Amino acid sequence: MCGIVGLFAKSPEIEEHLGAHLVAMLAQMSDRGPDSAGVAVYRDPVADGLTKLTLYSPHRDEDWRTVASAIGGEIDSVRASHAVIVVPTEAGEAESRVRAARSDLRVMSAGRVIELYKDVGLPEIFAATFELANLKGSHALGHTRMATESRVTTEGSHPFSTGLDLCLVHNGSLSNHNTLRRMLRREGIEFQTENDTEVAAGYLEWRLREGASLEQALEGCLEDLDGFYTFAVGTANGFAVLRDPIACKPAVLAETDDWVAMASEYHAIAVLPGADEARMWEPEPGIVYVWDRAAVA
Amino acid sequence: MGAGAGDRVRLGPGGRRVTTMLEAEVIDLAVTPLRDLNQRLHDVALSGEGPTRWRIVNPRGAHAVACGLDAELEVEIDGHVGYYCAGMNKLATVRVRGNASTGIAENMMSGLVVVEGSVSQSAGATAHGGLLVVHGDAAARCGISMKGVDIVVRGSVGHLSAFMAQTGNLVVCGDAGDALGDSIYEARLYVRGGVAGLGADCIEKEMRAEHVEQVRGLLERARIDDVDAAEFRRYGSARRLYNFTIDNAGAY
Repeated sequence: MCGIVGLFAKSPEIEEHLGAHLVAMLAQMSDRGPDSAGVAVYRDPVADGLTKLTLYSPHRDEDWRTVASAIGGEIDSVRASHAVIVVPTEAGEAESRVRAARSDLRVMSAGRVIELYKDVGLPEIFAATFELANLKGSHALGHTRMATESRVTTEGSHPFSTGLDLCLVHNGSLSNHNTLRRMLRREGIEFQTENDTEVAAGYLEWRLREGASLEQALEGCLEDLDGFYTFAVGTANGFAVLRDPIACKPAVLAETDDWVAMASEYHAIAVLPGADEARMWEPEPGIVYVWDRAAVA
Repeated sequence: MGAGAGDRVRLGPGGRRVTTMLEAEVIDLAVTPLRDLNQRLHDVALSGEGPTRWRIVNPRGAHAVACGLDAELEVEIDGHVGYYCAGMNKLATVRVRGNASTGIAENMMSGLVVVEGSVSQSAGATAHGGLLVVHGDAAARCGISMKGVDIVVRGSVGHLSAFMAQTGNLVVCGDAGDALGDSIYEARLYVRGGVAGLGADCIEKEMRAEHVEQVRGLLERARIDDVDAAEFRRYGSARRLYNFTIDNAGAY
């Protein structure tokens, strides 16, 4: 199973309460994914030349001040086992500083806008522990996981961040992920888990690196990925949705003047203001849907 | 609506049933748990007593609303429903004033299910009887493994519709997606618009007067009066894939 939610604010009111809406949607998807949960929230872009990192520490009571000073950054916020640290350098350098200072920490996301939180356990408990309801932002993706392909760990939870400000959530399972992972490793893409979704994320990273647009990279999935999937991809400016051509995995999209939302099931959208009056449709199999802030504004 | 033993259905002058005078029992799913609702609906069938008209508000995408009904009830649902709404329906009339998710009226045995909006995949899956009417579009696998149900879709249907369909009729006023009628048995498929592609062993067949008549009858039952039955084309099994013998034709 697994549940996916995505919310894209078109009005300041929704941006102001993005976290609360996201948590409400996520809770509705608990029955599709009680094993673990995660969100990517796009908020507070940092200035050019700075990098926002989300770091995860496996140690309770991590000393984030020491971590921040070791990598020459400043703590933006700490939520449970994760911290957002802003480093005055480009992303590659920021990430290598983390690796040099503390190889036991994991970079969950890097970019100028994205923040990424994920952990094992029930979605409601995750959302409360990470105090997600008070987050503001322009758009967000969330995932509730019912594990099929690999272990239930924080690292194996979704979203998977792939490249700067990019992340992927997935409902389904991929059959050719081992073959693809070997191919992508030869291309220099790094993987941290044995998870199938991370391979899809790595695939997108590779295609984007090779010059494809996000749309082209997603269309490439139709050729190169074998398996079942509904993907939602978060970018600095918006999000994209793709279902495999067989389309066993559900997805529903809805839009009002205030928001665009996607979810595995409608009841995750029903909790949003004005959902009753929303324009609603099911995304067609094999078609890439993209929402971009520039296009909406 | 019928008048089963114990129904609170009064007879008007000349024996005409005046059920419209009965107030509908209103259930608000924002306060009433779904299982309580379904149990109350089932109790009417079990006891033969209780309201025959029901109105359900605030479904908010809940799954399995009005499932397993087995009485001549009239159930109206105001809003969008989740999976398997009106599943296994027998005798009842269920009207959804909204959209429905996966598996509306799956395994329906008899009765009428009407959706005013669109439906997700596997609408009417494996259904044995009754009539399913969708006024919007139906997604993939509409009528998959249908076994006698009649399905009328005002809009279009997605890919793999009528996959392994055994018997019954699927009427599509719009277009059909790819692989229509793949591995079909003896169901009849009528499509007015384009067909993206036919599935294995599914072929176009001659639309004779009896078929136009059948489509006309189905449209009438679906209360669709602005679509011309003569504009449909018929599709069905080439009978090369499954082991068809003429002696068994009556079994479908």
